[in-house]
Amino acid sequence: METNKPLLKVDNIGIRFGGLRAVSDVNIELFPGEMAGLIGPNGAGKTTFFNMLTGVYVPTEGQILLNGKKLNNLPPYKITRNGISRTFQNIRLFGELSVIDNVKVAYHSQAKHTLFSSILRLPGHFSGEKEMEEKATEFLKIFNLDRFKDEKAKNLPYGQQRRLEIARALAANPKLLLLDEPAAGMNPHETKELMNLIAFIREQFNLTVLLIEHDMPLVMGVCERIYVLDHGQLIAEGTPSEIKNNPKVIEAYLGEEVS
Amino acid sequence: MAIFKQAKHFWTYIVLSLVIFGVIQFMITGQMLNLFYVNTLIFIAINIILAVSLHLIIGITGQFSIGHAGFLAVGAYASGIITMKLELPFAAALLIGGLVAALAGFIIGFPSLRLRGDYLAIATLGFGEIVRIVFLNLDYVGGASGMQVNHLTTWPWVFGCILIAILVIVNFTNSTHGRACISIREDETAADAMGINTTYYKVAAFVIGAFFAGIAGGLYAHNFYIIQPSNFGFLKSFDILIFVVLGGLGSLSGSVIAAVLLTVVSTFLQDYPETRMIIYSIVLIVVMLYRPQGLMGTKEITSIFSKGKRSKGGAKDGNKQTVA
Repeated sequence: METNKPLLKVDNIGIRFGGLRAVSDVNIELFPGEMAGLIGPNGAGKTTFFNMLTGVYVPTEGQILLNGKKLNNLPPYKITRNGISRTFQNIRLFGELSVIDNVKVAYHSQAKHTLFSSILRLPGHFSGEKEMEEKATEFLKIFNLDRFKDEKAKNLPYGQQRRLEIARALAANPKLLLLDEPAAGMNPHETKELMNLIAFIREQFNLTVLLIEHDMPLVMGVCERIYVLDHGQLIAEGTPSEIKNNPKVIEAYLGEEVS
Repeated sequence: MAIFKQAKHFWTYIVLSLVIFGVIQFMITGQMLNLFYVNTLIFIAINIILAVSLHLIIGITGQFSIGHAGFLAVGAYASGIITMKLELPFAAALLIGGLVAALAGFIIGFPSLRLRGDYLAIATLGFGEIVRIVFLNLDYVGGASGMQVNHLTTWPWVFGCILIAILVIVNFTNSTHGRACISIREDETAADAMGINTTYYKVAAFVIGAFFAGIAGGLYAHNFYIIQPSNFGFLKSFDILIFVVLGGLGSLSGSVIAAVLLTVVSTFLQDYPETRMIIYSIVLIVVMLYRPQGLMGTKEITSIFSKGKRSKGGAKDGNKQTVA
């Protein structure tokens, strides 16, 4: 399956906060079209790892390469423009903006009209805004969110907010999508729907996906490869069935066996 | 279709505001308004410009700036120097006053807006005081006794400036660039993650806000015959901040209404100097108790007229309020 060239190559990455090594020596390679999961106990450094990939934190060691391009030290918005987009563990929508405007914000970096043309309302402004409106409307239809189009994002039900957050991340046109606990707070039915959605977007947008999740059925169900993080270090890597039976993983989750 | 509709609204507002302009101009030339009312009117108008310029920074972009009087002072002194020392026309003075204030805004904004959190509040607070003290000690502009300035500010000038300020800010807000600013206000981390160059937009909004505060400064300077550093103290910054907060953070028409109301209240309270600040404070406390989200919340006046539609910014309603 594996093609020769990885999309994302994380090389010995690590970060210290003062004397604390939150993450160290993590190596991950993701290949185009792959669906991978990142699991680990609470506080293992999963979200910190995501924050390094997206530029929120600057890694103190190692490097991140996307299609061979070095991404460390780039500000978050440039990393997004290079093709890594994410969702957040606790939903971070633009609550006061309407659903469609949330998507339009993600289209912003592809906007053709300048600040100047908007202030003077030059023709470029109108055509640019119109194009954005049409694109965003079409996009919301794919996610069945077009009926909420003009609703404020904060007024959506929880499950729909998750959906919108994923839609918004996709609107930024990523090559790699990072999902941080997308099923958090969802009931089994909503989780099932989410699994379908993830499978669908992967097909539709030809994406590589890395997801953090505590919901094991979900991870085992959709991921082809799983990485396990504990105390900031990668302790295992493999297919779902390999991970399930890996003694190190069981130890990390359930504690050491008494001998 | 939507664009045509929008354009129709746009021209309705423009015509409406020009009618208001004409009526007031007619009343002034016909001497139906005495000098006191004309002065109050101009003062209200200047406060509206200040309120909408700060609205862009705090209400739209969510950056807490508490030194707006500093930009007012920079604009006032810069334009005063242009007309009095260099003897150039008033239009040039206003423009240069705005540009100098915008430059000051860039110098303050660029380093402090790259960071998140309260740095901007602290930097602008310091900036306001530094500006005041610099002018206090600058003999070229008269020091503490102030600088003589000709009376040039008239109703047409003030009206023109309001119109431009509101048009620019509304056009900015109702575009992808304005949405970028609102997304920063709503959640800066998420805005960053969506590919928004947050520093750029924070600085852009801040500089545009400072520019219009500078223009307001030019109008202010040429309305009073004299400008003194004490006019631009810390309390002036807070007056402007109160317009924005009281009107409702994120509502342009709200900040305009608040600017009008509070200016009127404080002007008429001038007859009772002993109780003026007490009554003024009580008004603020009552409003904050009963409408903690501000007079307008995040809504705009136009959204009340076109019910059900999304708000498109309270554009020219601002001018309607100047009649009040």
